[in-house]
Amino acid sequence: MNRIQKTRASAEDRNDTVVPLPSGGGATSRAFVSILVTLALPTFACAAKIGELTETSWKEQAFDFLTLQHPVLRTAVLGVLLIGFCCGVLGSFLVVRKLSLLGDTLSHAVLPGVAMGFLWNASKDAWAIFVGATAAGILGVALVGWIKQTTHLKEDAAMGMILAGFYGLGICMTTVIQNMAMGNKSGLDKFFFGQAAALSSGDIKLLGIISIITVIVILIFYKEFLAISFDSGFAQTLGMPVQVLHYALMALLTFAVVVSLQAVGVVLVSALLITPAAAAYLLTDRMHWMLALAALFGMLSGVLGAFISYLSNNLPTGPFIVLGATTIFLLALFFGPRHGLLPKILRRRKQRRRIALENTLKSVFHLCESADFKQKVFEIGELVTERNSSLSEIESEIRNLIKAGMATHLDKERDLELSSQARFKLTKIGWHRACEIVRNHRLWELYLTNAVHYQTDHVHDDAEDIEHHLGEDLVKRIEERLENPIHDPHGKLIPSRDAINA
Amino acid sequence: MRESFFPEFDWYTVFVQPWSEYGVNSFWIVLMGFLVSGTCGLVGCFVVLRRMALVGDAISHSLLPGITLAFLLTNSRDTLPMMLGAIVAGVATVALIEAIRYSSRIKPDAAIGIVFSSLFAVGVILITAFADKVDLDAECVLYGELGFIPLQDVAMFGGMEIGPEPAIRMAIIALIAIVLLIAFFKELLVTSFDAGLAASLGINPTRYQYGLTLFLSIVIVSSFESVGVVLVIAMIIFPGATAMLLTDRLPTTLWLATLISALYALLGFHLATWLNASIAGGMTVIAGLIFGIVWAVAPNRGLIAKFAKRAPESERIALDAA
Repeated sequence: MNRIQKTRASAEDRNDTVVPLPSGGGATSRAFVSILVTLALPTFACAAKIGELTETSWKEQAFDFLTLQHPVLRTAVLGVLLIGFCCGVLGSFLVVRKLSLLGDTLSHAVLPGVAMGFLWNASKDAWAIFVGATAAGILGVALVGWIKQTTHLKEDAAMGMILAGFYGLGICMTTVIQNMAMGNKSGLDKFFFGQAAALSSGDIKLLGIISIITVIVILIFYKEFLAISFDSGFAQTLGMPVQVLHYALMALLTFAVVVSLQAVGVVLVSALLITPAAAAYLLTDRMHWMLALAALFGMLSGVLGAFISYLSNNLPTGPFIVLGATTIFLLALFFGPRHGLLPKILRRRKQRRRIALENTLKSVFHLCESADFKQKVFEIGELVTERNSSLSEIESEIRNLIKAGMATHLDKERDLELSSQARFKLTKIGWHRACEIVRNHRLWELYLTNAVHYQTDHVHDDAEDIEHHLGEDLVKRIEERLENPIHDPHGKLIPSRDAINA
Repeated sequence: MRESFFPEFDWYTVFVQPWSEYGVNSFWIVLMGFLVSGTCGLVGCFVVLRRMALVGDAISHSLLPGITLAFLLTNSRDTLPMMLGAIVAGVATVALIEAIRYSSRIKPDAAIGIVFSSLFAVGVILITAFADKVDLDAECVLYGELGFIPLQDVAMFGGMEIGPEPAIRMAIIALIAIVLLIAFFKELLVTSFDAGLAASLGINPTRYQYGLTLFLSIVIVSSFESVGVVLVIAMIIFPGATAMLLTDRLPTTLWLATLISALYALLGFHLATWLNASIAGGMTVIAGLIFGIVWAVAPNRGLIAKFAKRAPESERIALDAA
């Protein structure tokens, strides 16, 4: 019993009302921190440790953990593996359907069902509570859908209302039950706050059954679930029972949430549904890979959390599972090969370098052109004047060109350092690329003037950007469209394909 | 101790006795309930409009590490450092959500879930790791402490007793909310409905977004002391959502939301008295019931009105087809 109930009970003894009397004031001094801190309780209760508190070194403990010597440990690890698997797979569907927080809604909405199941036969009969919780969860999801359908309120408001409303109802019922004779030693709290270490073999069995059902249902209806997840309108035109499939998925989800809830707590369940799936979403574009990765990440974070909490003895399991999942997510966010931040930055930098290189080549071409293509060897100083840039910048650009094999340094024996008098010459590859870029630029300008009817003085900037991105095919098509032109809108020669290849 | 879930309903003990025998206590409880639900409701109208409802949920969870850190750093239980810690945590939550959203293809809903669960986990670990320094008490936070309001320290003003301190604090925050609302009404209105228009009028939508988030954090942290953490969300979303079923005008919505939240406090108190349940829980149940009733019978948007409208229409269509 908490302080409220205590005070209330004592008040009730005397007056049979809820209004607490000032006489109980001693117990109720301002306790801002303690209240705030008890926020942690939902996951805190699940923080029960796995295994015994022993005075062994962490190495021995790590060994213990890895060899799975204690039966309690084996059950707990199997439990978090199954929970991670189930939540990862089902959470993937939530994440791709942008319904991530439905898991959170569900995990809160089952509370009145738990209380109802408890009231039904006044005991902690796991089945009654399971049925009650599942019913409440499905009702909550159905109400979210119904509110969204029949009012102009948005999904988030609907979910928030169901989440908080059901939870409030649950709390109301719980406080009543705790004041009732039979609820005295109910330990009902444990049911909705969860205890990771207290996973019984019965829970494991239930988890195993649900995992198997999930796998079977998803294997059989994979195509249908895929269709309703990505394009439910399309699924409907194919004659799929969209609503039935949606509720089937929700039912599976509710099962998983209810079973996991007893073991890991409200907040943790939503984390396990969302985070591994989101990490998988960052790594792949294929749904079956996402499902597999999410399941893997879910199990991995489960074991990681269990391992860390086992090593540190007095630290809770639940939050470490969440943080394990978050770590995996962060790794995917930063280092994921396709959508990761770091590869993205590297790709962008590489592209910037290529563009800079190509701009240098273009300037050399312009120098060459203004000398009527008779001069092939240039001094760096000339390029500095042409580009209107600083010597050091041009130097480094030329150095990059040389490194890329697009230019050669003609004064090697005289001085190794580049200076404004240093002479250089484009190699064949370099000249080839320079012609291509200029050709792209001038063709695009001509295309904009002739086919899109831009003013001739408006086309340069656009061409300046696109010249680096035009592919060979597109260039060929533009050329055909413009009937193999020779001059650009400013009257300059467009380097022809033959000239480039020669 | 009793046997049945629903105790016998007795008009006198449920509605009269609380006022006749414990008048002052009941007054403070209901007033505090109204201050909380009213303030949450006013801010909540904009939260619902801007589809930030679940951001509110996220903030209420991630306050935990902010408050714990503030406590560990200052080693005091003063309201100010706690408040600062909570505000920092609230703003950090929103900033992290936006960062994940803009830097990857993760959708906002998943970003919200990831951020709040991780921060919550950090908070729990902090508390466990420093368990000897942070004292863990009851589970009040789930139920709120509304019933204890009359027992709190009394705030003094100029040598006069004016009322329980939390109620006075909440009243001040409510007052600030009203003043800010009046001062920035136009800006809030424009940024909530049309960010593009707001930007073209020279109003920075992002600034108001963050301002609102900031204020939301303050409201949440000062409210959940009395109504509990999850139920704050109920107090934020329900009044606005219910009022929006009844009207399309923002000022009317705000008035209605205030009125509705007063009903929550009053009826919730009596419901809790009758059932001997948590008052915050009772308020939320009333909130759900009122929403259900409004949803059914609202003049234009209600289920019955819609159904009634659809019946003749389908008849007409059938006639036209014939």
